[in-house]
Amino acid sequence: MSIDSRSRGADPWGGGPIPLEEALGPGAPIVVFDRVSLAFDDFVVLDDISYTLIVGHTKIILGASGAGKSTVLRLVLGLIRPDAGVIWVHGERVDELKEAELMAVRAQIGMVFQEGALFDSLTVRENVGYKLYEDASVPLEAADRRVEEVLGFVGLGEYSERMPAELSGGQRRRVAIARAMAARPRLLLYDEPTTGLDPITATTVSDEIIKLRDLENVSSILVTHQLRDAFYIATHTAVREHGRVRILPAGRNKSGEAEFLMLREGRVVFEGHAEELRRSTDPYLRTFLS
Amino acid sequence: MLDRWLKPALIEAQEYIRLVAAALRGSVTRPFYARDVVEQFDAIGVGSLTVVVLTGLFTGAVLALQMGFTLDQFGARALVGRLVSASMVKELGPVLTALMITGRVGSGIAAELGSMGVTEQINALRALGTDPVRKLVVPRVLAGLFMVPALTVISDAVGMVGGWIIAVTELGVSSGLYWTSTLEGLFIEDAWMGLVKPLFLGFVIVTIGCHVGLRARGGTQGVGRATTQAVVAGSIAVLAMDFFVTKLMVFLLY
Repeated sequence: MSIDSRSRGADPWGGGPIPLEEALGPGAPIVVFDRVSLAFDDFVVLDDISYTLIVGHTKIILGASGAGKSTVLRLVLGLIRPDAGVIWVHGERVDELKEAELMAVRAQIGMVFQEGALFDSLTVRENVGYKLYEDASVPLEAADRRVEEVLGFVGLGEYSERMPAELSGGQRRRVAIARAMAARPRLLLYDEPTTGLDPITATTVSDEIIKLRDLENVSSILVTHQLRDAFYIATHTAVREHGRVRILPAGRNKSGEAEFLMLREGRVVFEGHAEELRRSTDPYLRTFLS
Repeated sequence: MLDRWLKPALIEAQEYIRLVAAALRGSVTRPFYARDVVEQFDAIGVGSLTVVVLTGLFTGAVLALQMGFTLDQFGARALVGRLVSASMVKELGPVLTALMITGRVGSGIAAELGSMGVTEQINALRALGTDPVRKLVVPRVLAGLFMVPALTVISDAVGMVGGWIIAVTELGVSSGLYWTSTLEGLFIEDAWMGLVKPLFLGFVIVTIGCHVGLRARGGTQGVGRATTQAVVAGSIAVLAMDFFVTKLMVFLLY
């Protein structure tokens, strides 16, 4: 199936055939959920969910446990399929593609699983470079160089030969982030990246997410119920000054690139920016924010 | 009854068949993970050697001990080698080796894949663009297919040595007589049966281990359940498969 044939018709990118690179230019949607529903037996997980993620933006999905947040990420990756609705990722209908066809879409996506999901039997280096080492077209030296680069990016350069079991919880999350970014994905998905971490380590992990978004220009969907971290990521930006990276409060324009989506029992109850969420008078949102 | 038992059983069977079909497809198409295949040959084959050698040795020894005294009633103690070799090659070697490998390998596969599933490592593999069936199941299936027959041959040989030790030391049968009797008791059909059976047994042990491991849910408790299921279902499948393959081989060869 070619890109052009998938871009044709009544899709989120308009009527005629659009090249993928053009479709994913500034302001274009990279992920579109259109009236997506999913139930496991009688339990409704997602009910008529619609949202759009713009290239270079961040979507922060909030909600209580069991609200269907992590399911959204699995749907983006095509790990599960919706019962109804349409999901576009990178111009592909992931709700329709076969498992073998999904591999090409997943190659453009990095996923940071809850608890990291690092491969126990592989070293940190092998975990981080997994995708690169599996790809025969990537020379070994180039793969090694990229692994060192991303491990340096998350500040774990000296841990490359350790096994995951020898790392702390925060270090495992940072290795997971390094693994997700190693193959230079256009889209990063984070599943509760700071849950269960102490505030200092959570801030370190949040800084890595901000750095990736602002310095590597990666679009991201972040699922969390850690409000403090969610607002921190939405309202801060990373800048490179004299070769050093600094995390600073973001201006209004930059903050506008992060949107919140609140789920409650599988339905969207809020969609907007950090300020709108803070000002909301909805009783459920007030309870959640308090 | 229909909802509680039949439906889950049918779903389980359907998923097993789908996994087997995917594994067979993955064995003959690219990508092929040669390094993982070699690792599994080592883990399943070389790793099971001690268990299989000990099982074969003691089985052969106890066979000689039991048969020796029974044969005495007919004045045929010298035929002990013939009974040991025929029993080991046709039946006890393949079945006992398979049962030991079910305990060691089937449970290990279920525990490993189950743990990977509940810690999301399987989903992480898929997210990284790797098909878990090709990466995890195919190498194990190939190792089971090739290493279980190899281990069975070793077990048969060691079993005959175990029988020889007892024949010489306990039964007073000479070495020459024992080995002559051993070879006389074997026919080419027996050798075929002893080689074909473990192919099927190795395949069911490994595929059942992979199937229950990949379907493990519910944290560490689920992994524990999967491990138990791999041993119970694997052992029953070994005995059932042994019966059906024996019936088929008897029909085809004898």
